[in-house]
Amino acid sequence: MPILKITGLEKKYATGDLALRGVDLSIDAGEIVAIIGPSGAGKSSLIRCVNRLVEPTAGSIEIDGIDVVSLSGSQLREQRSRIGMIFQSFALVDRLSVMENVLCGALSRTGFWASWFRKFAEGDVDRALTLLEKVGLSDHVNKRADALSGGQRQRVGIARALLQKPLLLLADEPTASLDPKTSKEVMTILRELVTEEGLTTIVNLHDVPLAKACATRIVGLSAGKVVFDGPPSELTEAVWETIYGEPEMAG
Amino acid sequence: MMKTWQKRNRGEAIRSWIGWMIFIIALSAAWAPIARETQWEFLPTAPREGIDLLSRMFPPKWSIFPTLLKPLMDTIHIATLGTGLAVVLAFPLCWLAAGNTTPHKSLRYLALFIIASSRSISSFIWAFVFVMIVGPGMLAGILAIAVRSVGFMAKLSYEAIEEIAPEPVEALEAMGASRAQVRAFSILPQVVPAMLGICVFRWDINVRESAVIGYVGGGGLGLLLNSAINALYWREACLILLLVFALVLISEAVSAKLRARIAEW
Repeated sequence: MPILKITGLEKKYATGDLALRGVDLSIDAGEIVAIIGPSGAGKSSLIRCVNRLVEPTAGSIEIDGIDVVSLSGSQLREQRSRIGMIFQSFALVDRLSVMENVLCGALSRTGFWASWFRKFAEGDVDRALTLLEKVGLSDHVNKRADALSGGQRQRVGIARALLQKPLLLLADEPTASLDPKTSKEVMTILRELVTEEGLTTIVNLHDVPLAKACATRIVGLSAGKVVFDGPPSELTEAVWETIYGEPEMAG
Repeated sequence: MMKTWQKRNRGEAIRSWIGWMIFIIALSAAWAPIARETQWEFLPTAPREGIDLLSRMFPPKWSIFPTLLKPLMDTIHIATLGTGLAVVLAFPLCWLAAGNTTPHKSLRYLALFIIASSRSISSFIWAFVFVMIVGPGMLAGILAIAVRSVGFMAKLSYEAIEEIAPEPVEALEAMGASRAQVRAFSILPQVVPAMLGICVFRWDINVRESAVIGYVGGGGLGLLLNSAINALYWREACLILLLVFALVLISEAVSAKLRARIAEW
């Protein structure tokens, strides 16, 4: 059974923009799927429908057999706690420390007052410190998040998402705010960690070479429809043209 | 053809001109009744009366200085306790009033109504009201300061809440944190500096207001100022005014320093 099964997904915004026009996608456990496509193709809408940051207009999204489209309230929170997300703008809380930001990933299984007094479960604190070590931020645990560089901030974002122990990881253009060298570093760390944990991952990328290097499967989106779905090796020049509407630039 | 550029097109220019004419006509229309009701015969003697009053005020009566210290402390206490009480009331109110955190629209309008009522009445009038309810004294002063400050603090605070960066909020919602946790971990850290700055700023305003609030029975320096003027003890009144002036200068300096520290924090 696939971990994520999307059927006939449509999204029409209040502005009348039709972002998704019937997307079908099925993702198995352990796959690292890169979604590529031009700006406005619906990459962000697709990924955000999965955790309902964007409300789908039609279609169904099943995660581990549960349809998330109909959920609300505590059931939706419960389901969201099993989906990690990494953001283009990092979405850290600037005035909290690195450690506090990472521990946010454990909020859904921590009571309000326990979290208010920063009494997180020992296992979560342990895991947070281990994750920070793995992303190379052991020396920055108690620094404020806004004291870090862009690449470091995104590594905090990765640690935060992984602390959730999610079933599924979503990453929405995780490197779009970073320079090319830092982008590669961040994607390498992300890929290593998700492979190590066998975590099913969907990542939106506009950098196609980076997508080919990191993913086990590529999904090409164009004008709200899936126009390519296959391994990176099958992403030929002809396919490129169907996704982007023009040939790949030489060099 | 030569290209021309104008800030306003013809229609806009005419409308702007008409607007200014209406303003000037309204201003002169308002001036007429003011001029009619002024008793101009007082004007020629005004400079002499002013100099006369000043001569009766100087030198200030320094000998009463020790008796002013307690009312001075009372004034500071009224301002500080009033501000503290206002903080307790304004904190929950601002979360109800902010469009992005209110639990329900009707609660938001109720909160906005409370804020508007608190702000629309000066603390001087509030003091009048509370002197009638709880009797003259410091308590009336504290309540007046608090009730006036609630609206001010809640308004500025809810505006700060509405201006936060939405991304961290979205991130915490996306990972299944409860509503209270989203507020405590992603909204509160963003608005704490603004809220502290607002408290200090209001405290500084309240020191100024509590210095005169005693005039209507709210305790503190104002009470003494009132009795000194009523008894025509101008040299005493002068010293009290100097003291108020010094107090305001000091509280403003303290407030400015504190707020600068908060801003870089």
